[in-house]
Amino acid sequence: MIDQKPILEVSNLCTTFRRGGVDLPAVRDVSFSVGQGEVLGLVGESGSGKSVTLRSILGLSRRYGDVTGEVRWLGQDIASMPERKLRHIRGREIAMIFQEPMTSLNPLLTVGMQLTETLKAHTDLNRAARRDRAIEMLDHVGIPSAASRLGEFPHQFSGGMRQRVMIAIALAASPKLLLADEPTTALDVTIQAQILDLILSLADEMQMGVILVTHDLGVVAQTCENVAVMYAGRVVEQGAVRQVLGAPRHPYTVGLMRSVPQNVPPRTQLYSVPGTPPSLEALPVGCAFASRCQNRTERCLTARPTLDAITDDRRVACFNPVAAEKAGAA
Amino acid sequence: MNEPVMTIENLGLEFPLGRTLYDVVQRRPGRVVNALNGVSLQLNKGETLGVVGESGCGKSTLARCIVRLYEPQHGQIHYHGQDIFEAEAKKDRSYNRRVQMMFQDPYSSLNPRMTTGQILSEALRVHDMRPANEIPARVAELLDLVRLPQDAADKLPHEFSGGQRQRIAIARSLAVEPEVLIADELVSALDVSVQAQVVNLLLELQERLNLTILFVAHDLRLVRHVSNRVAVIYLGRIVEIGDSETLFSRPSHPYSQALLSAAPSLDPDDKGKAIRLEGELPSPLNVPSGCPFHVRCRHATELCKREVPALLPRDGRGEVACHHVEELN
Repeated sequence: MIDQKPILEVSNLCTTFRRGGVDLPAVRDVSFSVGQGEVLGLVGESGSGKSVTLRSILGLSRRYGDVTGEVRWLGQDIASMPERKLRHIRGREIAMIFQEPMTSLNPLLTVGMQLTETLKAHTDLNRAARRDRAIEMLDHVGIPSAASRLGEFPHQFSGGMRQRVMIAIALAASPKLLLADEPTTALDVTIQAQILDLILSLADEMQMGVILVTHDLGVVAQTCENVAVMYAGRVVEQGAVRQVLGAPRHPYTVGLMRSVPQNVPPRTQLYSVPGTPPSLEALPVGCAFASRCQNRTERCLTARPTLDAITDDRRVACFNPVAAEKAGAA
Repeated sequence: MNEPVMTIENLGLEFPLGRTLYDVVQRRPGRVVNALNGVSLQLNKGETLGVVGESGCGKSTLARCIVRLYEPQHGQIHYHGQDIFEAEAKKDRSYNRRVQMMFQDPYSSLNPRMTTGQILSEALRVHDMRPANEIPARVAELLDLVRLPQDAADKLPHEFSGGQRQRIAIARSLAVEPEVLIADELVSALDVSVQAQVVNLLLELQERLNLTILFVAHDLRLVRHVSNRVAVIYLGRIVEIGDSETLFSRPSHPYSQALLSAAPSLDPDDKGKAIRLEGELPSPLNVPSGCPFHVRCRHATELCKREVPALLPRDGRGEVACHHVEELN
C-alpha cells in the first residue's frame, strides 16, 4: 500500500514533562511513518502517550516539555523548526481534530467565522471566496442547509454536528495529513460510524494521510490499515491491522484483545491483564510491562526490549513474544 | 422461575423547560422534554437487564426514576407489589437501602475528604446495618469482598485509580445489603483492561449475593456480555426487549439492527457490513409523530408517520414495537 515515500516520518520521538522536579517520560523513542492516503491507528490505554505523541508532532508539546527526536514532514524536520515557520505547516499541511467537540469550538463565534478564520490564515481566497469555500466544506461534511447554518453558534449544533464542524475546519485548507485525537470517543456508536465513514472517504478522496488515536480496538479494526500499540510511552507492537489484531505477538496486545467482550461466552469471566500500568515517575529499568506479563523472564526485569522487526512490516518489542500460531488462536 | 422484583408500568416523565419570553409572546405554554414515554418492563429476581440506547434516549432517566431521584408524572413502579411513589411508601427508607444506585464517574461520586473506611461506615450507620462496635469488622469484610487491600480503609479517594474507585462505589452499595443494583454506565470511564476486572467482580458478586442488576450502558459489547435480557430504548420508548443472545444475534426492530451493527467489530473483515443510520436522534423536545424512529427508518411508511406502534410480543423473540416487524424479518 505504501509504495511511495512516506509523507511523515517520526523517528525516536521523546517527550518529557517535568513536574515538581521529577521527569515524566510521556513518550519514549516512538518511530513510525505515514504514507499518502494511509490511515494509521495509534492505540493504548489512558496515559500510554498516544495523545502526547500527536501533539508533539505538531509542536504543541514543546512549550510544556522537552521534545527530542525527529519529525520529518515531506523531508523537512519540523521538530526543531521555529514556531513562526511551523505556523505555515500547522493547520495548512497538517491539521488536527480533538476529542471534545463541545470544548474545542469557540462558543462566542459563529461557526462561519471559525471556518473562515482558518481560510484567512492559510489561503489567498478573498472574503466572498472564503464564504463559498466554508459553505462547500460544511456541505462536504454532511451538514444540511450549510449556507444558513454559517451564522449559527456552536451551541446550536449537536455533538455529532459539532464534530463535523471541527472536521470541516481542519480540512478547510486541504491538509495532506490529519491528526485525529479520539474524534469519536464522546459520540454515540451510530454517530461514531458516520464520522469515521466521513473521515475515511475524505482521506480517500483527498489522498490525505490520517493518524487516528483511539482506545477502541474495534474502531482500529474498522478504519485503519496499520496500527501501533502503545504502552507506558513506547510503541510495543506495530504492523498491519489484520496481522496485529488477528495474531497479536506482544503479550500486552494479546491481553488488550482478550479483555474486549467479543466472541466470549456471555456472563463468563472476562480476561483482564493483572495489575495496573506503571506510573511514569517510577518506570522500571527493564520492560515496562514485565510486572503484568505472563511470559516474563529474568531478562525482562533488567533489560528493555527494543522494537524489532519480526517480519517485513511487523515489529514487536518483546523478548518472549507470543508464538505466532498460538496468537492466531487467541 | 421469573419472580418479578420490580414491575414498571407505562412510565412517563416530562421535564418542563419553563416558559420563555417567546412562548409568552406566542401565547403558548412552555415546552416540555419528553424523557420517558409509556415504558413498561419487569425486572426479575437475580437477572441482569441491560438498557441500551443513544445519549438522550432516556436510559439514565429510567434508572433515576427507579431510585426515586425523579418522580414520573405517569405510570407506576411496583417493588414487590408496593407502589414506590405512594405517600406512605416514600417515607419508607428501606426501599432506598434495598435498591442501590452506582454512578458513572468514579471521580465525583466519592467524597474526596472522606477515607474509604468513613465512606463505607457512613452507609452502614445511616441504615443502622450494624451496631457501632461491629462496623470496623464489616468494613474490613466489604473491602475483602471487592478485593481491595485492608489498608485501603485509611486512604482517601484520590489515592486510588479509577477502577479501584469503582470498587469502592460497589462496596458502598453492597454495604447496605441491597437486592437490586442500578449500574448507570458503571465502567464507561475505565480502560478496557480495568473494565474487565470490574465487570468480572460485578458478575461474581451477583452470583454470590443473588443480586438483580439493571445495567445501563452505551457499550453494546459489554451489555451483551453481562445481560440476560436487554431493552433497547429510542426517544423515551422501549422499541425492543428480549433475551440478550437472541436480541444481539437477531435483532428484530430496524433501530436495534442499526444500533447493534454500528458497534465496531474487532474483525477487519466486517468492514462495510454495518447498517448506516442517516441523521441523528431527533430532539426529545420535538418527538416525531407516530413511530419516533420513522424519520431515520429505511422502511418507514405512511402508517409509521401516523401511529405509534405498540410493544407486542413476537414468538420466542421478545417484544418489538414496529408496524412492519413481520415483513422485515
